[in-house]
Amino acid sequence: MLELKNISFSVNDDSEKTEIIKDLDLKIEKNKFTVITGPNGGGKSTLAKLIAGIEKPTAGQIFFDGKDITDMSITDRARLGIGFAFQQPVRFKGISVLDLLKLASGKELSLDEACSYLSEVGLCARDYINREVNASLSGGELKRIEIATVLARDIKLAVFDEPEAGIDLWSFQNLIRIFEKMRSSGKDRTIIVISHQERILNIADDIIVLADGRVQEQGAADNILPEITGTESAKSPCKKIM
Amino acid sequence: MQKMDEIQKRLFREVADLHKLPEGAYNLRANGGLAGRRTTANIDIQTKTEKSGIDITIKPGTKGESLHIPVVLSESGITETVYNDFFVGDDCDVLIVAGCGIDNCGTQDSEHDGIHRFHIGKNSKVRYVEKHYGSGDGKGKRILNPVTEVYMDEGSTMEMEMVQIKGVDSTERTTLAELKKDSKLVVRERLMTHGDQSALSIYKVELNGDGSSADVVSRSVARDTSYQKFDACIIGNAACNGHTECDSIIMDSGRILAVPSLEANNTEAMLVHEAAIGKIAGDQLIKLMSLGLTEQEAEEQIINGFLK
Repeated sequence: MLELKNISFSVNDDSEKTEIIKDLDLKIEKNKFTVITGPNGGGKSTLAKLIAGIEKPTAGQIFFDGKDITDMSITDRARLGIGFAFQQPVRFKGISVLDLLKLASGKELSLDEACSYLSEVGLCARDYINREVNASLSGGELKRIEIATVLARDIKLAVFDEPEAGIDLWSFQNLIRIFEKMRSSGKDRTIIVISHQERILNIADDIIVLADGRVQEQGAADNILPEITGTESAKSPCKKIM
Repeated sequence: MQKMDEIQKRLFREVADLHKLPEGAYNLRANGGLAGRRTTANIDIQTKTEKSGIDITIKPGTKGESLHIPVVLSESGITETVYNDFFVGDDCDVLIVAGCGIDNCGTQDSEHDGIHRFHIGKNSKVRYVEKHYGSGDGKGKRILNPVTEVYMDEGSTMEMEMVQIKGVDSTERTTLAELKKDSKLVVRERLMTHGDQSALSIYKVELNGDGSSADVVSRSVARDTSYQKFDACIIGNAACNGHTECDSIIMDSGRILAVPSLEANNTEAMLVHEAAIGKIAGDQLIKLMSLGLTEQEAEEQIINGFLK
């Protein structure tokens, strides 16, 4: 359903060219839960942004359901059915949780529908629906609302960029439950999660290890997980805090 | 009394949400003349004799009533200054909706300067909503220079919602308030300027009584080559609380000058000011685009939310 062919991405730093993604080839299977892991600085988040169209590759092509989307804008990719959850959710003054869910779904949402998306991410809808998506919300709350905006869309592919970043351990436990639920919901949805958290890797169908801008390993979780457990690619939540 | 035309009706809708004659008391002014008036047992409206304007008297204890006093100008070249005095008795709870709409399709400037003076009685609560709107494609400018003076007696509350979103070429708004013991003033201003408009918003709030408080918050957007100045001064002369905040989005070649200021003349005065000016954050646009909105739609949503 998603194919990256010979993708390269480089940035110019002080007139020096740094290559972040190097001639990468990748295939993501339909309706699979794929976790992309690997050491920090390996190019994981850049890869997620390349898929969503936030960054454009310097070389190579991206295909979505057989269609070349390499030159398509963020908006056009979103309309094709690609969803993206930010590592650092964006805050908006004056825009309420309900407003954002309405924008995400692209239609007038009934209160019941909006509430169902919030319950799906473990938030008591009544408390949140009219709150502004601003600095009054905690990191964990924002993260869950961010995920709810992705769920509210009718999408084929959802990309989550390090959902565990910037949240406490308690919120992390909830987050795992949300992904477990998403995983078992049986909906026609392909999910890519950028993460090096062991507990997220544990629920993956497939794992891709990205290091130094290249795919180091890719395969079924059962095969990859034993190899990477205990390395930087599969950290336990406590280790991260320590 | 004048008969209203379609343009005037549209302006009344824009500035006072009036789709038909409102409930309660009202005074409708169109092109310098009276277009409708109703008084109630508790709210009296009298035309001033010595100058243009009205005196409004609200009986003590009036609760749950409303007063609409919108003004529209649909002829080019009208310039008027109107003095409206509000005498709100003790223990009232009322809603006052004002506002001015100008449609200028001609070449001469149209200007309405409303001087509103509020005398709010003890323990009374007033909610005041004022909207400004301009339309018409003539070369003549649409100018509004309102002055609002608020004199608040002990224990009174005044909530002011001031909105100017569209079409006014030039505005200089001055709001002066004096607060006695335990009175409370809340101001929410929303302003958007575009083209080469200019908008000045000046507040001077004197907190004279112990326990008095003021919260003056402005949110504004300056687009194209427009210019805005927000100048809010809170003066603490007693054991009081004052807060002023100006939060602005700047776009295109817009310019904004924010001058929040505080003056404390009493050691028990607690005063805070905040001001922030910035363009729309890139990640806000990207987030909404990732939900399927175009860049332009994303920008509109961000501004709509900000000015909500």
